[in-house]
Formats: sequence, structure tokens, C-alpha cells
Amino acid sequence: MTAERRRNSSPLSRRSLWIAFLLAPAAVIMMTFVVWPLMSALQLSFFRFEGLTPGDFVWFENFNKVLFQSPFREATYNALWHNIVVFFALMVLENGLALLIAYALLKELPGHRVHQVIVFLPVVLSAVIVAFLWKLLLHPLFGVVNAALGLFGIMGPAWLGSEPTALGSIVFANVWHWMGFPTLVLLAGMQRISREVLEAARLDGAGDWTILTKIVWPLIAPSVTIVTVLTFIGSFNWFELPLMMADMEGSPGRSTDVLALYFYRTAFGSVTSGIQDFGQGSALAVLMFLFVGAVTVVALKYLRSREIEI
Amino acid sequence: MTIAKLVRTVLLGGITAGLVTNAALAADITFWTWRQEDKAAYEQFFAAFTAENPDINVKFEALPDDTYPTMVSTGLAAGKAADVIHTHAYGWLDQFVRSGYLEPLDQAAVPSLANFTPDAIEALSFRENHQVYAVPFATMTLGLFINKDVFEKAGLTPPTTWEEFKTVSEALKAQGIIPLANGLGTSWFNEMFVSVFTGPFLGSDFGAELSTGATTYKDPRYAAALSKLLELRDYMPPNYAGVDYDTAGQLFLSGRAAMLAGGSFDIANYRKLNPAINMDFIAPPAASAGDASHASKFYDGGYAVNAASPNKEAAERLVNWMGTAEFGNMFSNTLGNISPINGVEITDPILHHVAELNQTAVPHLNVVYFRFGKPTGSEILQANITKMMAGDMTPEQVGVEMTNGIATWFAPFQGK
Repeated sequence: MTAERRRNSSPLSRRSLWIAFLLAPAAVIMMTFVVWPLMSALQLSFFRFEGLTPGDFVWFENFNKVLFQSPFREATYNALWHNIVVFFALMVLENGLALLIAYALLKELPGHRVHQVIVFLPVVLSAVIVAFLWKLLLHPLFGVVNAALGLFGIMGPAWLGSEPTALGSIVFANVWHWMGFPTLVLLAGMQRISREVLEAARLDGAGDWTILTKIVWPLIAPSVTIVTVLTFIGSFNWFELPLMMADMEGSPGRSTDVLALYFYRTAFGSVTSGIQDFGQGSALAVLMFLFVGAVTVVALKYLRSREIEI
Repeated sequence: MTIAKLVRTVLLGGITAGLVTNAALAADITFWTWRQEDKAAYEQFFAAFTAENPDINVKFEALPDDTYPTMVSTGLAAGKAADVIHTHAYGWLDQFVRSGYLEPLDQAAVPSLANFTPDAIEALSFRENHQVYAVPFATMTLGLFINKDVFEKAGLTPPTTWEEFKTVSEALKAQGIIPLANGLGTSWFNEMFVSVFTGPFLGSDFGAELSTGATTYKDPRYAAALSKLLELRDYMPPNYAGVDYDTAGQLFLSGRAAMLAGGSFDIANYRKLNPAINMDFIAPPAASAGDASHASKFYDGGYAVNAASPNKEAAERLVNWMGTAEFGNMFSNTLGNISPINGVEITDPILHHVAELNQTAVPHLNVVYFRFGKPTGSEILQANITKMMAGDMTPEQVGVEMTNGIATWFAPFQGK
């Protein structure tokens, strides 16, 4: 009996052990660098900080401050609003353009391979380079953009210095930087569509717009899901570009402030403006995590439901 | 054992014990700073210190400027920080003291504390009990840089009053020269710009009144002083809203702009960037003829001892030495900054002038008084001043925002 049990269970337990062994490194890394910091942030968010160390346990006081008490409340909703604006702007500009470019590349027009490389090229640049490059191009006095406008007698604005244009300018730089990525993802989705389906539509007299909206769009739903979710997460983690093209304060006048900047400024302070408050900062981080997590789950459910097996 | 063997053993033992004792006496201590660019100078200072204190070696380690607070607090929390920490003053110091990370200093252990004025000591003290925690290292003065060559070529003299400033600026503009290089593209620099031009209008008592709550930023004097800034828009570069700190410096150094409201911390930097520059650093324009003109001033920071340092005695000897006139002279004349140590002789003519301005300078308000809680006065001013300059807020509204924001943690402003 014992020998029989050993014969039956041994391969299974060996397999389980082997799986556990393979998963262990990833699990340890996840626990150390993701789960543990998250739990720490959650714990710290319930404390009032005395300088740089946790003081009294204050339950939800930090959450109450950042969500309901002036002037923190205004800063939180202002930053959240900018994240939402960035998400929709990127969905329309970055992903909308990516869809059109991907469709054009799908048609394999002459030179499409070169174009594919050119579109993807900025993606390999670091955010620091992109920010520096666009700061130079948009410089209010010596920038190429304003010099070009000057040729037509137009005095370009201080793109990054005035509230109406600052956020849009950074979004534009982001579109330039990242457009290649959704283009490739959407193109890969389009290339999975059977050529026969597209040719049949064309024989039936469908034009490009009809094919794109009625056939391609529904059939690339899995790719759209990936692109949408990644854009959402990216928009709510937006940090490097606004930090380097504007600054930690979300200048000018908080017009480029986003949640990640606000969180960082609150938690870690800044030599030139503020002191550190890990309690409030952690509360912001927890709220960001919950918001992004919840919306991502709901969005994934919805987007998956409209996916069609090709 | 023969007698010769015995003698050899005793001698060897003696030498070994001597070496061990010397090694135990010698201390290697570490110094942390955000001033990577001053590495050579500090290594020179520390070599001079070690020459006088052969049992102490000091290792210089610079951390990145923008993440310095985070790295220092993390290092201190983990017990891995340096023995001597270069700290900023006021609220920045306050949060480290509150956490128990820094060693309180007194004149018994650090006699050179007697070499400082009371306001220098107060800047590096814990606000609640006035206990000093660091040896002050530099004053920063905010005033007006003047490109003397540009003024000479234009046949003008630097302004001393507000009206003169406007007249001179009109004359400079007529000659195609940008009168004032400042823009509004860098938040922290904007706050200094505000301090430079409002200081003379607010006068010497306003800061003290604010600090006790005798008045607030809703005071009409503050709104009146802020409204003066609106007049400067005509004299700033085109698209000034986007002109940042670096660009302003370039405009000034290249001679495209005649004046720049800035800090004495840039004197050495500007000389390095343009060794041929013929410049001066003067007080900002007085409100009117006959009025006193006040530059603004703050203490940049100090040298503190890590409370958990295993080499506390050696660290205290170092910070004590960093409070002596010997160090102050080296510091000022090598790094081009003003040491606040009594008895320091400043030979450089511009720095000498800055030291004179310090005698009547008013406090850089938010840095000195309102960086002890969140939101800091600096955060609120920096967020709102660009709106005011763009015409989206009035000076009165800026004063209200500042008062209400600071009132969330500063009791004397509450209910006002």
C-alpha cells in the first residue's frame, strides 16, 4: 500500500517541487520589490510622521487630508484631473495616430519597412533624452519650433511656461516618444487578420475607412485591450516627462501636476520647496494603486468581453 | 626560552601593541554632501584638517543633489549614514532633528559655535527648543547682478531706486538690451525673484511680524509689494513665462540682458562660465529715494554630526574645526561663498560687497519661517506666482492662498 502510494504521489510531488523551485526566484523578487513595498506603504499611510519617522497611529487621517481637506484636496483632484486628461489625450492622439499608421503599414506600400523603423525609433530613446530634446525644440527664445513659426510672422508662445500650452506640449512629446509602440502592437493584431477577409471586403466594394472601422477595428480587439490598459497604467504613472520638461512642482502653476509628481513631492520633499511626509505620501500611493488597479480590472473585463476570436 | 628570545618576544609584543593602540586611536570618518562640484575644495580642506589632527582622516562622499534628502534620510534610518552630514537649514534640518538622527551640539564639545551670530545659530537650531544641531556653513544673499560692461556701453548707471530701475530699464530696452534676464520657468528661482524685488518694499520688520503671527500674508503691504512685480513684466525677456534659470543666466552672461535677480551662490558659477564677465552684485532697488534698500538672506545649511556615528568624538572635532576662522577663510576664498564665521576676511571685492549687504538684509521669508510644515510657504508661492504674473490671480489672492495654506500647520495664522 505504502509502496503504491509512493509510486502514485512521487511524480506529482516531484513536479510540484520542481515548479516551486522554478517559481521561487520570481516570487522572492516580487515579494521583495513589489509586495513588501506595497505593504509598507499601506502600513505607513496610517501613521502621522514626526519628521522622518512614524509617530502616532492615526487611522485614516492621511487619507482624509489628501481626499477631503483643503489645500491638499485641491492638489489631489487637480493632479488626478491631469492624469485623466493625459489618458484621453494619449488615447486619441497617440493610439489614434498609431491605428492609422498601423493600417497604412499593413497595406505594405513602397518603403513601409523604413517607415516602420522610423515610427518605432523614438521608443528606444530614454525619457531623459526625449525631455531634453523637446525642451530645446520648444525653448521660448532659441527653440526651432518658435523659429519656424517666426518665419510666418507668428510669435510662438512659451510652450512649457504658460498654463494653456504646458501640459499639451508634454503630451505631444510623449506621443512622439511612444507612438511606435502601439503602432507595432496594433500592426501585429492587424497582421493576424486573414487576408481573405480583407480581400473579400474589398471585392464587395468596401473602402479603406469601412474596412478599418467595420472589419479591422473589431478584429484587433485583443490588441486594443493591451494598448488601452497599458496607456491607462502609463498615464497614471506619468512621471519622468513632466518632471524633466516642467519640474517637481508641476509648473507653471500646477498646470502639469500629475499624481506621481504630487506623491513624490509629498513623500520625499524637495530641497527647494517642501519637506518630507511619508504618511501623506503613502496614502497617496495607496490611493493611486487602488484606483489604477480597480479601473484596470473593470476595463479589462469590458474590453475582453468585446474581443472576438479570429 | 633563552634571554635573547625573551627580549625579542617582549619587543615584538610591544611594537604590536603600539600599532594596535595607534590604529584604535586613528579614526576614518565620512562626510556626506550634495556639493559634488566642491569635491576638490573639500578634499583640500580635509587635508588641512588632517594635518592638524593626524589621528582623523575624512572621506568626502557626494550624493546626487535632487535626491539628497531621500538618500540621507534612508541612510540615517538604516544606520549607514556618514559621521558628518552636510545639512540644509530651517525646516529641512527640523525634520531630521525630530527623528533623532542628529547629535545636539554645545560649546563644550564644539567651542567654535561661539564664532557665530545668534541668527546663524538659530537657523541651524531646532525651532521648538532652540537647541543647535549643526555648525553654520554659508549665507546666501539675494540681490541684483549687474553686467557692468553692458551698463558702461549703454552709458547708464545701475539703479538704486524703483523709479530709477524703470527709467534705466526703458533706456536699455530702447537700445535693444533686455533689462532683466529673469523669467518664470523655474519654480525655486521664481521665489528668489519675488524675494529680491519685494524685500525693499516690505522692509525689515515684516518678517518678524509674520513669524509671530502679528500679521499674515493677507497684509496689504504684501499685496502692494507683489503688485510691483507686475510692473517688471515689461522689462523681462520675450516669452519670459518660459525662460528658466539656465536661460536667464545665459542671457545675463552673454550680455543680452543687463541685470539678473539672483543669489550670491552663483557668483563663483558665473565667473567659471564666463571668466571675462565684468559684473557686480548690488542691493535691489529701494522703494523710493532715501529709503533703505534690503537684500534678502538665508543660511544655506550646516555641518551636523550623525547621532548614531561610532566616531562621534572625531566628528565633533571636525565640525568644530569647520566653525573656525581658519576654515571660514579657506571656504570663502576657495568656493566664493560667504562664510558666516566671525573673523573671516573676505578678500574678493564682490563677495566683500555681498558681506556688507548681509548686514542689512531681510530674511528670505518662506525659507526662514514657513518650511516647517506641509504645505510650505514656498510650495504655495511657487505654484501661484506664475498665475499672478500671467494675470490669472491678483496679488491679494496670492496672499490669501498663502495665509490659508500655511494656517493648516502654523497656529499663529489660524483664524486670520
